[in-house]
Amino acid sequence: MSDVQPTLPLFYTFNFYVFGIVAIIAAVLFVTRRSPVAAAMWLVTTMFALAALYIMMDAQFIGAIQVLVYAGAIMVVFLFVIMLLNLGQPSDVADARGRGWKLVAAAIGVAMLAQIFALTRAHVQPSIPPGYLARQIEYTGVIAPVAGPLFNEYLLAFEVTSVLLLAAVVGAVVLGRRRTAVEDAADAR
Amino acid sequence: MLAEALFFSAVLFTIGVVGVLTRRNAIIVFMCVELMLNAVNLSFVAFSQVYGVAGQVFVFFVMTVAAAEAAVGLAIIIALFRHRQTVNLQNINLLKG
Repeated sequence: MSDVQPTLPLFYTFNFYVFGIVAIIAAVLFVTRRSPVAAAMWLVTTMFALAALYIMMDAQFIGAIQVLVYAGAIMVVFLFVIMLLNLGQPSDVADARGRGWKLVAAAIGVAMLAQIFALTRAHVQPSIPPGYLARQIEYTGVIAPVAGPLFNEYLLAFEVTSVLLLAAVVGAVVLGRRRTAVEDAADAR
Repeated sequence: MLAEALFFSAVLFTIGVVGVLTRRNAIIVFMCVELMLNAVNLSFVAFSQVYGVAGQVFVFFVMTVAAAEAAVGLAIIIALFRHRQTVNLQNINLLKG
């Protein structure tokens, strides 16, 4: 779909490829690292590269949220848990599975990649004119194009999200706390 | 840019799937799931260029679900670690026949 924005400057295209390739290389390094902390750091790199891609594709707000929520909050929680459980050192005998599992995983990966490629080769009929989003952002600012639908068409989903987050908070606290002596005694009886 | 973004998205998703299948560390498996969510977000943002801004709103919701999932999932991993002193999925086989 190179006809979407026909006058893209070469510099833009070059940077797009650079960040995409950085994301993929960092993801490969993430999957192959033995130490969980190193893996988490490479995943953060992937997320930063993705944020750059979002910003280049007229999704500046999503790019900022990506850095704040994913790289800033979710990955910090992961690192907290790695340190809390003292799993920072490269793990024991074999973190990756045996040769058979690796072959199975490679086969599934290749098959899946081929399928996704076949699906994305299909012709896409744009429903908005080229460059529409960029012009909208220029006119109303970065956040308004996302905030409008979020609080009108998708208001119900937005409200349900708050219930989801409440359930997640309660679940995390209940699952993560230690059992008290009283409860242990009640179970023993 | 759409085709390139979908290419990157497909490759990242596949890397995440292969990671889930080959790693035994529960935390890294979990991070691979996050990578898959990120790959899907990338294609949402790419499609939002040709189909309108709804794709970006979906990314917003996906991120919320991912945050909730990370909180609950990591709490489960902590609870599991207290019981079994390990996060190696090979050793967590209580339900195995």
